Amino acid sequence: MTVPNPTRLLASAGAALAAPLLALVTAVTVTVLVLVGSGSSPLDVLDTMVTYAQRPRSQALMVNSAVTYYFSAVAVAIGFRMNLFNIGVDGQYRLAALLAAAAAAEISLPPVLHVTVVLLIAMGVGASWAGLAALLKVYRGVSEVISTIMLNFIGTALIAYLLTPERLAVRTVGSNNIGTPTIPASGQVPGISLIPDSRLQVYGLAILAVAVGAGYWFLLSRTRFGFDLRAAGASEDAAKASGVRVSRMIIISMLLSGAVAGLVGMPQLLGAAHTFSLDFPAGLGFTGIAIALLGRNHPVGIAIGALLFGFLDNAATSLELRGVSRDIVLVTQGVIVLSVVVAYELVRRVRTRAEQRDVARRLAATTPAPPAPSTPQEVGA
Amino acid sequence: MRRFGRFGKITGLVAAASVVVLALGACGSDDGDDGTAPAASGTAAAKSIKVGLAYDIGGRGDKSFNDSAAAGLDKAATGLGVTKTELEAAEGETDAQKEERLRQLADAGNNPIIAVGFAYATALGKVAPEYPDINFAIIDDATLVDVPNVASLTFAEEQGSFLVGAIAAQATKVGNIGFVGGVNTPLIQKFQAGYEAGAKAVKPDIKIQVTYLTQPPDFTGFNDPAKGQTAAAGMYDSGADVVYHAAGGSGGGVFTAAKSAGKLAIGVDADQYLGAAADVQPVILTSMIKHVDVAVYDMVKSAVDGKPLTGAKVYDLKVGGVAFSTSNSAVSPYTAMAEDYQKKIISGEIKVPTTPTS
Repeated sequence: MTVPNPTRLLASAGAALAAPLLALVTAVTVTVLVLVGSGSSPLDVLDTMVTYAQRPRSQALMVNSAVTYYFSAVAVAIGFRMNLFNIGVDGQYRLAALLAAAAAAEISLPPVLHVTVVLLIAMGVGASWAGLAALLKVYRGVSEVISTIMLNFIGTALIAYLLTPERLAVRTVGSNNIGTPTIPASGQVPGISLIPDSRLQVYGLAILAVAVGAGYWFLLSRTRFGFDLRAAGASEDAAKASGVRVSRMIIISMLLSGAVAGLVGMPQLLGAAHTFSLDFPAGLGFTGIAIALLGRNHPVGIAIGALLFGFLDNAATSLELRGVSRDIVLVTQGVIVLSVVVAYELVRRVRTRAEQRDVARRLAATTPAPPAPSTPQEVGA
Repeated sequence: MRRFGRFGKITGLVAAASVVVLALGACGSDDGDDGTAPAASGTAAAKSIKVGLAYDIGGRGDKSFNDSAAAGLDKAATGLGVTKTELEAAEGETDAQKEERLRQLADAGNNPIIAVGFAYATALGKVAPEYPDINFAIIDDATLVDVPNVASLTFAEEQGSFLVGAIAAQATKVGNIGFVGGVNTPLIQKFQAGYEAGAKAVKPDIKIQVTYLTQPPDFTGFNDPAKGQTAAAGMYDSGADVVYHAAGGSGGGVFTAAKSAGKLAIGVDADQYLGAAADVQPVILTSMIKHVDVAVYDMVKSAVDGKPLTGAKVYDLKVGGVAFSTSNSAVSPYTAMAEDYQKKIISGEIKVPTTPTS
């Protein structure tokens, strides 16, 4: 029994690969069917996408989108691990971006310090906005699903109130746009020339995304706190019984989720736009939910998911040029997420049954007197 | 055998999931189809000029601003025989992605390229200098007037709105009118400012109710008839008898509310009387026409003629870029005064504000 059975090892490796493979095959099949159904040639689409992926510029765009999505998805994933559904990432990052932008334009500090302070402000705002939902849940029993959605709307209204010339915004002559004053150079984050031959640089805050991913992994799988959080997420009662203060975990994980959410807008704000205006990217919080699901809340899985979504989103334009609706990308993204969720669930069930059979067989082998020979195998049915 | 049974169940589940997803997918992909079909059905006149158009979020089919641009492009495609390529913005995208859209249009050999909406200003400011041989135009923005190959096409929405405000103030029997804005942005506030100024010029003590359907970045206020209907119905209930909407596709709801209240409404962007169902037509007193289609067509025409537009071009009352419509004969008692104001605005005697006072 101590020597690992090679066939079983092989089987478990196969099972680990089964889910992603099943998801991939399903997603590709469905997308091809949709393409054929809508009168486009799948090969043509594939060709367009491959050509697009080879351009250095597209790669830089893809990475930049992925960096933003990564923050958003990690924010959602922190909630998921604690069994909390933070749908409010969208409102949290937009409010954080507005207030951080206004503060960044207002304060004058030496370069690195300036950016650090602005990032802390953004995280603070995001955490506070998410914290409201946590307090409502802990002290008033309000489901965070409801409260975070409602806080999105309140955040939108608050932003509209603040983003006016009387308050945080300035007008530019000749423009119908309106935004906060431009952030001075000391508060801007320079890009990194990560992709050779591309004039478009990768957001400097990509490094922060990597750090957040590493921190997320370390916190969850290498600390007592992470263990408590996962335990509370898996079973509240069991966690309570083992001495975990669940309400404290709810508040801390929502604050952490909100703090990471506050960073979602930062790469674009500090790295490119340098102002929060009417056309500041919106809706990224919802993309994060899909990517967290896709990445199975795992820091590496989320990174892969974010890159995939970043690629698909940017490739949509080149597809549109070839006469394929950009909606096809939305369909593909939806199919991928659904396939992954369904495939993992299927594989999980199959594995559970296999394990149950295995245990039953071993029990039968080790127990000297064979008790009721036919029934135990059916436990998993 | 058991194994096969399980496998069969799994494939069955996957198949079922795929069918559901496929059905959903088919629904989703339908409405975008007509947006990108390259139509090259023109006469041989234009020497294979390719026009690129980059829409704002919503794209062709938004029954509003983007559609107005699309109408101008279609007119150019059939009338001038140019080829058109249309790309649409996505939600949550950055300036870099807008730049990419413009670059792809440029790299595909389109010239001129028209960016629809002020959101393209920053992106175009970067892309245009990279392609000095290509002519660009941007609608609703004038921050790039100094870029030599960019035409900034803007509209004096406040002037046209002033005139329909003057009409509304004459038409109201109770001295109470309304304004429904789609999304609370400085652009839509120009409509409000002009409308209020026009109404107050006629009746200084008039009561004007103002509401905006959504706040940015929620731009659904331009495409949500139910919200428009609720807002307008509320105004009619509070005593208004004329409501002007600058809410794009939500305007249909405003007309519905006017019809059920037996009151009047004023349309925007296009002559909405002409596009409305026969039973709705009587309530559409007039419309503030904003000729985005003309601006787009002008840009294409100028390129076909070999003299592409550059610099700032303001479509105001003087050049007929904005106007009020007279297709509903019910407006005729009020047009004389409106035309009088029109003359005064054109001569500069009246300066119309662009920001609301209230």
